[in-house]
Amino acid sequence: MARRPGNGNGNGNGHRTMGDRMAEVGDKVRGSQAWTAIFRPGSIFRKGYTDSPRNRSYVIMNSLLYHLHPVKVKRHAVKVSYTLCLGGLSFFLFIILTVTGIFLMFFYRPTSAQAWSDIQNLHTGVAFGLLVRNMHRWAAHLMVLSVFLHMARVFYHGAYKPPREFNWVIGVILLTLTLLLSFTGYLLPWDQLALWAVTVGTNMMGYTPVFGQQVKFVLLGGVEIGTDTLLRWYVLHVLLFPFVTVIFMAIHFWRVRKDGGISGPL
Amino acid sequence: MTEVPEHLLRRSRERREALGAAPSGGGGGGEGGGADASPPAGDDDGEKIPASLLTGQAATPATAGGAPAAAAAAAPAAAAVAAPPLKGPEGHTQRLLTVVKAGSIQDVKAQPTDKVHVWPHLLVGEFVAALAMTSFLLVFSAFVNAPLLATANFNFTPNPSKAPWYFLGLQELLTMFHPMVAGVTIPGIGIFALILAPFIDKNPQHKPEDRKFAIALFTLFLMFWAVLVIIGSFFRGPGFNFTLPWRDGLFFDL
Repeated sequence: MARRPGNGNGNGNGHRTMGDRMAEVGDKVRGSQAWTAIFRPGSIFRKGYTDSPRNRSYVIMNSLLYHLHPVKVKRHAVKVSYTLCLGGLSFFLFIILTVTGIFLMFFYRPTSAQAWSDIQNLHTGVAFGLLVRNMHRWAAHLMVLSVFLHMARVFYHGAYKPPREFNWVIGVILLTLTLLLSFTGYLLPWDQLALWAVTVGTNMMGYTPVFGQQVKFVLLGGVEIGTDTLLRWYVLHVLLFPFVTVIFMAIHFWRVRKDGGISGPL
Repeated sequence: MTEVPEHLLRRSRERREALGAAPSGGGGGGEGGGADASPPAGDDDGEKIPASLLTGQAATPATAGGAPAAAAAAAPAAAAVAAPPLKGPEGHTQRLLTVVKAGSIQDVKAQPTDKVHVWPHLLVGEFVAALAMTSFLLVFSAFVNAPLLATANFNFTPNPSKAPWYFLGLQELLTMFHPMVAGVTIPGIGIFALILAPFIDKNPQHKPEDRKFAIALFTLFLMFWAVLVIIGSFFRGPGFNFTLPWRDGLFFDL
């Protein structure tokens, strides 16, 4: 670590200044076994960071980000005008939804007797409850929109063409999962809007040929929407669909890199 | 565009100067004489072999116990000086048969591309985008509340009852077709067509002007759903009948 010359009592009169003490503590922490156990060799938190091409590479190589990004990307790939950040924002909205959703889970019970009053109580009796619920709702709508726009962007750039065909297929699955996530969440407030929107949606599902009624029965947990439906959709919404979505997102991001980074330039 | 690294340029300059000082007799200078900047790597290899062989022949007894580093440092100079007769290890004259340029035999797979570091160039952009999204969401959520209507009541059907906005296109189709066609067949075909798009579209071109048909078709597809969703959201009132939002107001909850 860079120290001032004559460290310890650099002012020449034998007194250690606050800065010296701080530097000493910093050195001690960075030299400790815990610190070196947490940060890998080459991590900028271990060796310090001065701007150099090598250190710029180390920032990525020695952090979790290496799973998401390569050390270098094509120059056109960082142009906002090319991607409009839509894929990244969809992922970011998913993270926001996860965080706010976990918060909401603390105050919600998925039964027809309690669901609505829990939401009501969240609005009035929980600190930031209304704000977090608003964020969850608007982020969900925004995510449907951004995933949809991301798909349009990819199509207009011809980015689904070989070798990226399979990643496009994964993307369509992710779009479907996004819609399912949003739709299952729609029922949970258990108000008139939720009940009848879901009634309209599931009635359509019942018209699937051959096994439509069976699918509807399984999804509703009965012939009509009721408290069993609420529990089912809650589990689908907070557990099953996020789980499946995360898996497909992992494949999606992995394939982006394996197929040679993002497409283009046109 | 590739840039020739600084140290290679310097090395080739030094080599050229060394060769200029001691004019080549056709041996080591034959290859290294090229003024181009690209051969330095090959140049280096090509000359090191005769140089090491020559020093090995001439100075093996001397360097065996001495300092190898000094011998190595002196090697290029020795090669330049000893070049004119140039005999191989067994005294045969070596002749240059042909020069094979790099790339004629080797298949160069990785074309140099213009790349930038992810940190900071990409990460800063992503961070700004995430921050902007968070602040927008926070401010918007502070002012606009999510709807919470009266508690669910099976005995009272609101009029109109609408699906979530992204399904309103389907609900709109429901006014025109049998529920199986509107709710299952058409969206099913839509999703299936999307999945198959890359396998149907065999045109390898990426530029918009070279794929007008695909773009026209996709735009039509998007517009079809967008128009249906907009009509379903804003232009459908009680009984899901057609209304004008500026006349009768909105019948739409997010």
